[in-house]
Amino acid sequence: MILKIFDRDRALEILQVFITNPFRTFLSGLGVGWGLFMIIVTVGASNGLENGVSADLGGRVKNSMFFWTQWTSMPYKGFNKGRNFNFNSADTEYLKENSSSTILVAPRNQLGGHRGSNNIIRGSKSGAFNVYGDVPSYIQIEPYKILKGRYLNQGDVDEERKIAVIGKRVYELLYDEGEETIGSTIKVQGVTFTVVGVYSSFQTGEDAEESNQSIFVPYSTFSKAFHTGDKVGWYGLLIDPEVHADSAAAEVVNLMKARKSVHPDDRTAFGYWTMASAFEEIEMIFSAFRFIAFVFGGLALLAGAIGIMNIMLITVRERTKELGIRRAMGATPITVMRQIMSETMFITTISGLAGMCFGVATLEGVNKLLLSMGGAGGSFRNPEVSLDIVLIALAVMSVMGLFAGILPALRAVGVRPVEAIRTE
Amino acid sequence: MVAIMGSSGSGKSTLLNILGLLDGFDEGEYMLSGESMAGLNERSSARYRSKFLGFVFQSFNLINFKTAAENVALPLYYQGVSRKERNKRAIDFLKKVGLNDWSNHLPNQLSGGQKQRVAIARALVGKPKVILADEPTGALDSKTSYEVMGLLRELNKEGITMVVVTHENDIAEMCDRTINLHDGQIA
Repeated sequence: MILKIFDRDRALEILQVFITNPFRTFLSGLGVGWGLFMIIVTVGASNGLENGVSADLGGRVKNSMFFWTQWTSMPYKGFNKGRNFNFNSADTEYLKENSSSTILVAPRNQLGGHRGSNNIIRGSKSGAFNVYGDVPSYIQIEPYKILKGRYLNQGDVDEERKIAVIGKRVYELLYDEGEETIGSTIKVQGVTFTVVGVYSSFQTGEDAEESNQSIFVPYSTFSKAFHTGDKVGWYGLLIDPEVHADSAAAEVVNLMKARKSVHPDDRTAFGYWTMASAFEEIEMIFSAFRFIAFVFGGLALLAGAIGIMNIMLITVRERTKELGIRRAMGATPITVMRQIMSETMFITTISGLAGMCFGVATLEGVNKLLLSMGGAGGSFRNPEVSLDIVLIALAVMSVMGLFAGILPALRAVGVRPVEAIRTE
Repeated sequence: MVAIMGSSGSGKSTLLNILGLLDGFDEGEYMLSGESMAGLNERSSARYRSKFLGFVFQSFNLINFKTAAENVALPLYYQGVSRKERNKRAIDFLKKVGLNDWSNHLPNQLSGGQKQRVAIARALVGKPKVILADEPTGALDSKTSYEVMGLLRELNKEGITMVVVTHENDIAEMCDRTINLHDGQIA
C-alpha cells in the first residue's frame, strides 16, 4: 500500500508542490542528475576505450601462443649456464606428437637483422620488410585478409616453391598504382620470388601498419634460400580451447626443458607469450576502469541524494503548518510520510532519468563526432552503456531516493498536529 | 451551538484542541459519538477527525497553493473519495457558503471573509458531526464576523454541533450556550 506505484491523485499532489517552487526543485535534483550523468559518461567512455582497444586487437586469435628459446641460467647435465640453443625440425615433430594441450604447431623463421637496410628489391624500387618462412597453417594463428591471389599452401612447402605473399604496404611501396602483382617477381636478398598473393591485416592503427609490411614465403624455401638449415626460429602454437593458456604453456615448456637438457627450474631458457593473458590483462584494466567509474559515479549520486534529503528536510520544516493542516483534515501519519517519501523519490527519479538521458545524449554526440571525423581507427570507438548498467544505476538511484526520503518523512510526522498548525 | 469564553491563557484553545483530537489529554474522559477518545494513537485520531470533526481556524489555515475548490476537497481526498465526486462536493459546498464564482481562486485572491467561508466549506465537506471553530471571527471586521456567525448558526440548525471559541461577548451571545473558562476550570 505504501509503495503503490502510481496514483494519479498523489502524482498531482506532488506536481502541485513542485510547481510551487520549481527552481528549488530543479536545484535539489541537480546533484542526483549530475551523479547519473557522471556514471553514464564515465562507464560509456571506458567502454569506448575498451571497444577501441578490442578493435585494435582485431582478428587476433585468443588461444594463440608464441614460444621461443633464450639462454640458460643454470648449469645442467654437463652444460654451462648461459648456453644459447635453437629449436630444430625434430623438435617440431616432437611437440606435435607429445604436447596434448596444443592443437597446432607452426614453426617460423624470420629474416633478421635487416631493419633499415633495403633487403627487398623490385626493379628500381626497394624497401626494408620483414620476411617470414611459414607453414600454411600459420594463418590460423595470425589471420590475414587475402586481398588478391592466395596464401601459402602445402604444395608450396613440399615443392619448395619460390613464391611469396606480400603485405598491402609492401605492395604500395614497391608497385605503381593499379599495377598487376600476381605473377610479378621480387628479389629478397638476391633470391627471386614470384608473388602469388596480397594480404592485409584485420587490425587497426599502428599495429596494422606494422603487420601489413611483411612478406611470407614457404617455410622449406626459406630454410634453403636463406641458409637457416634445420633451425626453427620460434613456434606459433594454438592452444586447445579447453585448456587454460598458463597450463598449456607450462606443459610445452616442461616438454622442451626435458628434451633440450635444461634444468627443470631454469626460468630463462624459454620465452613464451599467450594471447589469453594479454586479453586477461586488458580485461582487468577495463574492469578496474568500470569499477572506478561506478565508485565515483556512485559517490556523486550519494552526494546528490544527501542534497535532496537536505532540501527535503528544509522543505518539511517550511511546510510544517501545511502538513499540520492536512493532518487536521484527516491525513494519517502514514499518508503524510508517504507524501514526503513520494516527493523525494519523485525528484530523485526524475532528475536521475534526466541526468541519464543527458549522459546517453552526450555519448551519442561523441560517437557521431567520432564517426564524422572518420574515426574508424583510433583507440576510442562506439562509447556505449549496456542496459544492465542503466538498470543497476536506476535501482541504486531508487534505493537512494527511498533512503533520502525517510528522515524528512519522519521529521514531518514528528511534530504534534497542534504545534504544526500553530507554526507560522 | 456552544461558545467557549475566557481570558487568554484560560485554556479555551487547549480544550478545543483536545476536542479536535489535535492534542492529547491526561485526565478526564472524552466521549465522541459514544466512544472514548482516551489514549488514541495518531492514526486513529486522524481517522476520527476525518469522520466526525471539522475545523475552522482564526487564521483560516488554507493551503495557499491550492484553489478554493481544492482546499475544500482536501478532507475528502484523505477519506479516499474519488476525484470526480470530490470536485462535485467541493463545488456544492462552496455554493452553500456563497462562493460559487470563486472556486478557482487561490486563497490570496480572496478577502478575509471569503477565506473563512472557504474554510467553513472545507470543515463541512466531510459531513462532520461537530465543527470546532477557534476564534473564527478573530481576524474579521464586525460586519463580516456577523455574516460568518450567521452561516455557522444556519449550519447548526441543520444538525451540526458547533463549538466556537471566542473572547467577544457579541459573538458568544449568538450561540445557544456559553461556557466560561477560568484557569482551565469551567466557571
